[in-house]
Amino acid sequence: MNSFIRNQFPILHQNVNGKPLIYFDNAATSQKPLAVINAIKDYYEHYNSNIHRGAHHLAQIATEKYEDARKTIAQHINASEQEINFVRGTTEAVNLVAISYGRKFIKEGDEIIVSEMEHHSNIVPWQMLCEEKGATLRVIPITDSGEIIFEEYLKLLSEKTKIVSIAYISNALGTIHPVKEVISEAHKVGAVVFIDGAQALPHKKIDVKELDCDFLGFSGHKVFAGTGIGILYGKEILLEAMNPYMGGGEMIKTVSFAGTTYNDLPYKFEAGTPHIEGGISLGAAFTYINELGLDNISVYEDELLEYGTSRFFEVEGLRLVGTAKEKASVISFLVDDIHPYDLGVLLNEQGIAIRTGHHCCQPLMDRLKIEGTCRASFAFYNTKEEIDATVSALKRAVKILS
Amino acid sequence: MQKSIAEIEDEIVEEFELFDEQMDKYEYIIDIGKKLPALDSKYQTDDFLVKGCQSKVWLHAYEKEGQLFFEADSNTAITKGIVALLVRVLSGQHPKEILNTSLIFIDKINLRAHLSSQRSNGLSSMIVKMKAYANVYV
Repeated sequence: MNSFIRNQFPILHQNVNGKPLIYFDNAATSQKPLAVINAIKDYYEHYNSNIHRGAHHLAQIATEKYEDARKTIAQHINASEQEINFVRGTTEAVNLVAISYGRKFIKEGDEIIVSEMEHHSNIVPWQMLCEEKGATLRVIPITDSGEIIFEEYLKLLSEKTKIVSIAYISNALGTIHPVKEVISEAHKVGAVVFIDGAQALPHKKIDVKELDCDFLGFSGHKVFAGTGIGILYGKEILLEAMNPYMGGGEMIKTVSFAGTTYNDLPYKFEAGTPHIEGGISLGAAFTYINELGLDNISVYEDELLEYGTSRFFEVEGLRLVGTAKEKASVISFLVDDIHPYDLGVLLNEQGIAIRTGHHCCQPLMDRLKIEGTCRASFAFYNTKEEIDATVSALKRAVKILS
Repeated sequence: MQKSIAEIEDEIVEEFELFDEQMDKYEYIIDIGKKLPALDSKYQTDDFLVKGCQSKVWLHAYEKEGQLFFEADSNTAITKGIVALLVRVLSGQHPKEILNTSLIFIDKINLRAHLSSQRSNGLSSMIVKMKAYANVYV
């Protein structure tokens, strides 16, 4: 089973610094299966063309494939095609909502809630909006184990709350937040909820109707598609009410100096020639993971997490950062007072790719009173043997650094 | 008698030739870092910080009878070792010599190939900062 999967990821079959590559940086970006690579190749080899406007053969194929991808993505998260907006990634999705929704609907004195463990991309756009509008950013505190304190969240909610924005899964610690409960509580006070799904889509099946989130953003490159493409899902009624984010071609219906009318959803938010092969690659990625089955993927990843966690503890002085009950396949850790960077370099020297640093979560690091962590994040193409090799490599690195 | 930059570089290259494995080189670099005298905490401030991504490196320089002396520290073991190597080569040299050197030993011990891809280590920034100090006293 596993060699079958690994064979679909050509990049995994190489040596780094003389050792077989072990890629444990999946939370930063995932590797691409042949199905995705070939979809991109196929686009450029056979039907590269600008979409939507051309009457010619290639333009028609490109348009069809791009819109097919949108359909696949819509089906995957149980949305309608009008609700699927191609964007550059999660960061752009947050910014789009902060600007298009926020500028129109947020007023002085309003409040926006985020959690203490958000990625900078889910903090800064809201800070900018608050500054512009005289609104206030409120922060849900977290426990030492890396879980939001739900009672504190409830206390923050009021009729002033207009937006709640939270990650489904924390990129730094792997915590899976109780987003369904977060959403339903927010709705009780009339707030809309943005879910940062960047870390969730690769691991979990998400049904936007069941979750009842108002917005969901995610990045293609973390879910086995190409870089520079992502999705903003928004409830149709909200997207309709929002003003366009950028002006330009594609997003217009008619243009004149007397006034311009905007295109219908989803094109209203897609000014300019889009990232065509990116969108197609994202469709191919979802088709691929649906063939494998997200349930199978998450069962296997849970197994890796459990195995990895118990084996990592064999490294003397290792402590986990983030011990939430509900966790995705991310192990954030520190060893004694060794700086994560040193461990990262010495693991790299042994062919192992992990991430070290603050993981774009400086407020979280401040809360935990640490500078950063080492983070190993697993995908379904990783193996227990790779975990074994990493434990040995870690022991060697720790020995050198102690 | 102060050895020249080239002489010290040759020594370092010779020492590193003992190691076949890159991990052993790192171990040696880390050991060198451990032996670097501690930098007075008054110099461990932003004014003396070399900008890097993850590692913090503080560099202090002072001039004495035409020679420039460096003191440094870092919050990571590997970077501390690297800066210790630079201090070993450049501390006590004349500012003009410091400005003129191309620090060939870094390539010879195969350090740059392994570290330049990691912008976070700030190797080039350390060299730029040391040369900038030299420029003041030249």
